[in-house]
Amino acid sequence: MNTEALLLSFRLAATVSLLLLALALPLAYTISFFQWRGKFLVESVVALPLVLPPTVLGFYALVAMGPHGLAGKIWQSLFGHPLAFTFTGLVLASMLYSLPFAVQPLVASFESLDRRLLDASAVLGADRVRTFLRIILPLAWPGVLTALVLSFAHTLGEFGVVLMVGGNLPGITRTVSIDIYDRVQALDYGAAHQTALLLLLVSFVVLSIVYGVNRRVWSPWLAK
Amino acid sequence: MLNVKIRKQFRSDAAQPFVLDANVSFSRGFTVLFGPSGAGKSTLLDCIAGLQRPESGEIRLGEKVLFDAAGNLSLPPQRRELAYVFQSLALFPHLSVAQNTRYGLDKLAASEQAERANTVAKNFRIENLLSRRPADLSGGEKQRVALARALVTRPSVLLLDEPLTGLDSSLRRSILEDLRAWNEASRIPILYVTHNREEVDAIGERVVTLVNGRVQETGAPRAVLDAPRSIELAQSAGFENVLSAVVVEHRVADGVMRASLDHAACEIEIPLGDAEPGSEVRVAIRAGDILVATEPPHFLSARNILPGTIVSVETRGTIVALQVKAGTLFQVHVTPGAVRALDLSPGLLVWLVIKTHSCHLVR
Repeated sequence: MNTEALLLSFRLAATVSLLLLALALPLAYTISFFQWRGKFLVESVVALPLVLPPTVLGFYALVAMGPHGLAGKIWQSLFGHPLAFTFTGLVLASMLYSLPFAVQPLVASFESLDRRLLDASAVLGADRVRTFLRIILPLAWPGVLTALVLSFAHTLGEFGVVLMVGGNLPGITRTVSIDIYDRVQALDYGAAHQTALLLLLVSFVVLSIVYGVNRRVWSPWLAK
Repeated sequence: MLNVKIRKQFRSDAAQPFVLDANVSFSRGFTVLFGPSGAGKSTLLDCIAGLQRPESGEIRLGEKVLFDAAGNLSLPPQRRELAYVFQSLALFPHLSVAQNTRYGLDKLAASEQAERANTVAKNFRIENLLSRRPADLSGGEKQRVALARALVTRPSVLLLDEPLTGLDSSLRRSILEDLRAWNEASRIPILYVTHNREEVDAIGERVVTLVNGRVQETGAPRAVLDAPRSIELAQSAGFENVLSAVVVEHRVADGVMRASLDHAACEIEIPLGDAEPGSEVRVAIRAGDILVATEPPHFLSARNILPGTIVSVETRGTIVALQVKAGTLFQVHVTPGAVRALDLSPGLLVWLVIKTHSCHLVR
């Protein structure tokens, strides 16, 4: 088993899911609690990675990050080295790819909240920030957990985007799914099987935790 | 004094969109907001609280402007310094009773918070519930906690949207007593939405009736609700009989007029009202205001005595609802004892006795 690829994948997934949460919380908040023109466009963009082939997404990410792309140029001028085929580039592309998996559970859990609770908080003198921290987040935390775990698991298993923007550099962009692919290409089924099984088990356990938590936590409050 | 003059229109698929158009003032003490469901009572409270925004008008609390469409000013709810108890109560499910009660006090020092929370807990008798979660409270306890959470902030207006729905009447009385005691101590405008006639009589200093988004009447509960002027109000004020009638003649000297019911099936005498002879009107009569006799009654002051036949007898708790065909169909409420004493049963010939002033002209 390729421990280096495995560790890289976990590091990538952890980085992506945490950064995504920071991005998805305000995004989901505005989608759930505000009505504005053009909201449907943002919702469509967020959902795009669900229907787009990862190669299409990866292709455009690669173009944007390349030496002639806008992101690539800005990056080059700021840090003096290219963005494509780096860990950071991989993180950015993966965030784009897993965005719906972070935003949609948050929107679902925000929208299932009783609006009167938010009204009550406001009438009792709380501003939006306090209402968000004291009422929305604590009541929607299963949604937050789901967002974290789904974007983690989704990033862990991605292949097409990584191949396009990351390439196959050991220790930098060679993730576990690429590793499995390489092993199969080399007809080393034994090694591919070891890693694949591990990934399968990890994914299953993680999802079981999410569904279990959602059932236990949500049921008493949704029942009323 | 809370002055409200607002207009808010709701887009809908219906031919006539719902419009809330209210111009009303609320002085200190209880004002009951009464009206059929869908009349706009909760919307009015939401606009006052700043949770919905009217299109035009203004809302002032004494000198303080809460909302002014012309000046494009609308204070957010958190800066209006009022308290609102929703019909659903909206207790925070993840916070204990103590945390719920203190939620509105976060800007105060800890010692002040504790003192206020203790006082309100004592006043509303929730001291022994402080560590519990809302899910572990009974209906009455939840209502007490919701009131305590609202009042601990010392608001300058209190909005109550059917806060005691679903409680039995002894529990309701006990909570109302606590609320009245609190009102004695801090005289602020209290807007109390209810459908319940018993609550109106228990707390009502004044009643404002709202029908189809408009303020219809303002006055003492008895004056407004015992002589409703619209069909919707008559029905929600508990008038079981709303009969269509045609005015036959005016007897101005007697202060009455005669009206024929249901295409001249029978005639009754009603108080003189603003309706010309020949015009169609509605007459509202409470089922409990109609007497039943099993023989033709004599020597009575009541002017309306109508012979008829009992169609059905239905016991509903402590009242018995009769349907009597006397020209038109009347709903009549009597006691179970009366049913036994007179042996009332379907098919029996009876005489209905209705005082002139139990008949109310409605539009």
